[in-house]
Amino acid sequence: MAGGPVAVTRHLPGLAVAALILALGLGTLAAVLWRGLAEGAGAALGPADLQAIRFTLWQAILSATLSAGLAIPVARAFARRRFPGRAALILLTGAPFILPVIVAVLGLLAVFGRGGLVNGALVWAGLPPVSIYGLQGVVLAHVFFNLPLAVRLILQGWGAIPAERFRLAESLGFGPAEVARHLERPMLRAVLPGVWVAIFVICLSSFAVALTLGGGPRATTVELAIYQAFRFDFDLGRAALLAGVQIALCLGAAALAAGVARPAGFGAGMDRPLPAPGGGVWLRLQDALAIGAAALFLLLPLALVALSGLPGLTQLGPAALAAAGRSLALALASTALCLALALPLADAAARSPFGRWFEAVGLIPLATSSLVLGTGLFLILRGQVAPAQAALPVTMLVNAVMALPFALRAVLPPLRDVQADYGRLAAALDLRGAARWRLLVLPRLRAPIGFSAGLAAALSAGDLGVITLFADGRSETLPLHLYRLMGAYRMEAAMGAALLLTALSLGLFWIFDRGGRHGAATR
Amino acid sequence: MIRPISTLTALLLPVAAAAQDRPVLTVYTYDSFVSDWGPGPQVETAFEAICGCDLVFVAAGDGAELLARLRLEGATTEADVVLGLDSNLTAAATATGLFADHGVTDVDFDMPVVWDDPMFLPYDWGYFAFVYDRTRVAEPPADFPALAASDLKIVIQDPRASTPGLGLLLWVKAAYPDRAAEIWQGLADNILTVTPGWSEAYGLFTEGEADMVLSYTTSPAYHLIAEGDDSKAAASFAEGHYLQVEVAGKIASSAESDLADRFMAFIVTPDFQSVIPETNWMYPAVTPPGGLPAGFETMIAPVQALLYPPGEAEDIRDEALAEWQAALSR
Amino acid sequence: MALQLDDVTLVQGDFRLAADLRVAPGARVAVIGPSGAGKSTLLSLIAGFVLPTTGRVLWQGQDLAALRPGQRPVSILFQDQNLFPHLSVAQNVGLGLNPALRLTGADRDAVAAALDRVGLPDMADRRPAELSGGQQGRVALARALLRRRPVLLLDEPFAALGPALKVEMLDLVKDIAAEQGATLLMVSHDPADARRLEGEAILVAEGRAHPPVPAGPLLDRPPPALAAYLGT
Repeated sequence: MAGGPVAVTRHLPGLAVAALILALGLGTLAAVLWRGLAEGAGAALGPADLQAIRFTLWQAILSATLSAGLAIPVARAFARRRFPGRAALILLTGAPFILPVIVAVLGLLAVFGRGGLVNGALVWAGLPPVSIYGLQGVVLAHVFFNLPLAVRLILQGWGAIPAERFRLAESLGFGPAEVARHLERPMLRAVLPGVWVAIFVICLSSFAVALTLGGGPRATTVELAIYQAFRFDFDLGRAALLAGVQIALCLGAAALAAGVARPAGFGAGMDRPLPAPGGGVWLRLQDALAIGAAALFLLLPLALVALSGLPGLTQLGPAALAAAGRSLALALASTALCLALALPLADAAARSPFGRWFEAVGLIPLATSSLVLGTGLFLILRGQVAPAQAALPVTMLVNAVMALPFALRAVLPPLRDVQADYGRLAAALDLRGAARWRLLVLPRLRAPIGFSAGLAAALSAGDLGVITLFADGRSETLPLHLYRLMGAYRMEAAMGAALLLTALSLGLFWIFDRGGRHGAATR
Repeated sequence: MIRPISTLTALLLPVAAAAQDRPVLTVYTYDSFVSDWGPGPQVETAFEAICGCDLVFVAAGDGAELLARLRLEGATTEADVVLGLDSNLTAAATATGLFADHGVTDVDFDMPVVWDDPMFLPYDWGYFAFVYDRTRVAEPPADFPALAASDLKIVIQDPRASTPGLGLLLWVKAAYPDRAAEIWQGLADNILTVTPGWSEAYGLFTEGEADMVLSYTTSPAYHLIAEGDDSKAAASFAEGHYLQVEVAGKIASSAESDLADRFMAFIVTPDFQSVIPETNWMYPAVTPPGGLPAGFETMIAPVQALLYPPGEAEDIRDEALAEWQAALSR
Repeated sequence: MALQLDDVTLVQGDFRLAADLRVAPGARVAVIGPSGAGKSTLLSLIAGFVLPTTGRVLWQGQDLAALRPGQRPVSILFQDQNLFPHLSVAQNVGLGLNPALRLTGADRDAVAAALDRVGLPDMADRRPAELSGGQQGRVALARALLRRRPVLLLDEPFAALGPALKVEMLDLVKDIAAEQGATLLMVSHDPADARRLEGEAILVAEGRAHPPVPAGPLLDRPPPALAAYLGT
């Protein structure tokens, strides 16, 4: 590695981003804790809190393991098959991840609920109905949300195996088992732990899904306990303590994954196209089954939501369009900010000897309780600036930081490859700073950057504006418009707004993702 | 029409529109009050027509989050008036020491309980009730034991996260002070699920997932009046129904004290009260001269109104919550 | 004035390499020795990819320690990964003039001339994947030509080429180094390459890089460590 006097300064942007994330994640927590102690509340965890931690861990482990595990055959099938509509299918199956929670839940219930298609079929066949409510429902919903993310990230891992290696495998007469052993498993070993941790941490801070489908107080998560401490007991000390537990669990999982993950070390290729997919009938059947099952599971609820939203579309007024415009502007700004934060952090994670630390810091936003984050920011900023005036920058920043872990997950593995494959050559040619980004990193990372931008935009557009403390009640975003319609009994119009929101999020995702893959240097 | 430039400006400068020369009255309230379909817009127009001021609503989640925000801000709050706490929160709100007496006297409230709190002024009220669809449930249960004995599936809200959820908790406790745990155990197999808020629960109900949902006796009025749909009804329970009284209070440290007083007085006038029924879908605290809108007379009239006095509600809720958690965690 | 490794040692775990030697300006030096002895590491020390544990690497009496690899008076060709696959041939060569690729008209002419010089006049717009292995090596050489660094390091870039093609490339390298008066250090595992270079040789064996001596006599009467490697 090139050492020398520049080693520290070149990570300065990454360090600054890491400091910002730590300040947002831990600084706000400290502010809440400080205020809680000032209120004189004793911050201690009771048996109910421990029960909540147990349930949270258990459902998160199950959800992450199932999501990541089921994603492997789906991603593999997508990686080795070419068929008309493949790109569109990959895009659409990604949609659940960016749906607003309540919309996705209603979609799932239309399939798996008490009056849903599955139970309709069971009753028709004379079988007893099944209940979605309980741990099974929580896990089902989390898999529904996160399988798309896992598929995309693993698919990207497949894409990162140079075509030369597949050609070599073919020339050596490798069957599927040998390809799995020599190419796929090393890739999965490098990619899967990161995917698992990301989903584990997402599920760790689950609140509305776990509660709505959990069926009752058995399904109390840490995030609900935080919410309870804040609004039911106004015990800020306990809220901060629980938020700290959530972050500690996240970092624990990250450490575990770092211990398991091994870089695949495939080396560089020449960006040649993949050899034509081979395999016998069984392999084809297996892939068709994986893609078909995933598409059915992910798209059926989506289709039912869309269908029930159609009549409501006509009931949407100018306010809905204005809200959509506002959400769009907010999403674009957040996306730009998210990339501006994620890329320096990823670069530091890929190049610094302390890369694992940068990577772990990048996970913190996922584990941060949005309630504690908002409250802490409110406590810190209050007195400096009027909350309503800070609403826009705060929402932008929070959306950007919340999407950052996904961008990091998508960008970091290929950035590490770039560093391993071309870091020496770049150093030898004195390619650094802005020129290194322009001529080396950005062209080689077009696809993951486009994917990240799409994800950030979609997530930001679908976000409720978590920070109700800063809301002024007037500049309404589309998700807030949706919830307000629901709160005002207008369920049909709300489903129309949900359809509009889904179209907006998916459209944003599609444009960025396609822009990234179109003419991308790597497949 | 979307005008991109004005949209962007509104986004960037949310408070820039506030007039420079008129005094500003800041009213904290819950989010659904200020939505396009809530009372907020009409109340704002009506009050600004007579006050020579700029009435600014600041929305913060629901009633409980409103109180939490106020506690965070303490005496430095920008609020002049807080509108949207309910009777279960007034004891905690009083304890903050932030509120002043409202000074509005001689009001003839049309409410099922006597109200003489000098600090918190009611603006509307309603009864919690289970709402069902007549086309799907022919004979609704007449009390909690009947509900528990039925096969009906209900959706309720979590008392830790939602105001109606807490209302149901106190309803069961007020109706069965010594048997609440037993009632909850009986209801356990009827409870399809527990949602974080009213919207999710009501959405599950209208999507046909549940037979009944915890809401208000006045909820069917929305479907009847706004949608011309008379299929929704509230089940009348023999134990009586728990009451929710929504109140407003004046902040003692308000810099616009006179204006705040005028707004408090305005709350119980017909201009404010007549907006309530068809926006908040609750009963106005003082029935306006024209009476209630047509359709409200078809709502059930509970035989008895249940309500813990403010201090007691605060004391009893932890015990009631523990019973609820224990019964439903089995 | 020369390239000098002044009492350099490098320790990386179990691996050790010591070097105390000078290479005269304009010299052509083959770096030979058993594999794993540290031939590539020696080049990495000079190029700045690793820093010595003790001692100094000097060019014209100046310590190079503070200079990044790209700032050193050195061009290096690796075994592979000499080209960026997403850039065109002309862009890859242009990096030698300006790492930010802000090229003037004169620069573009220079790129074309360099490609001409290495025998690839019509390949400017191709991507590296469209070229043969030998052509890829020529592109990297064209870039080194434009960088005009006084030291040219070759880390077996032609190892994968056939014998005739390799000879052709070696001659091209020799010519270019002569034209520019550059000092040439080339790692090779083939004694024939070392002879063909008609210069000196540095033997790297048993943890030590020995000072350069004329290649012919060294190969004719190899010391025991080299003899074992050569199998003579």
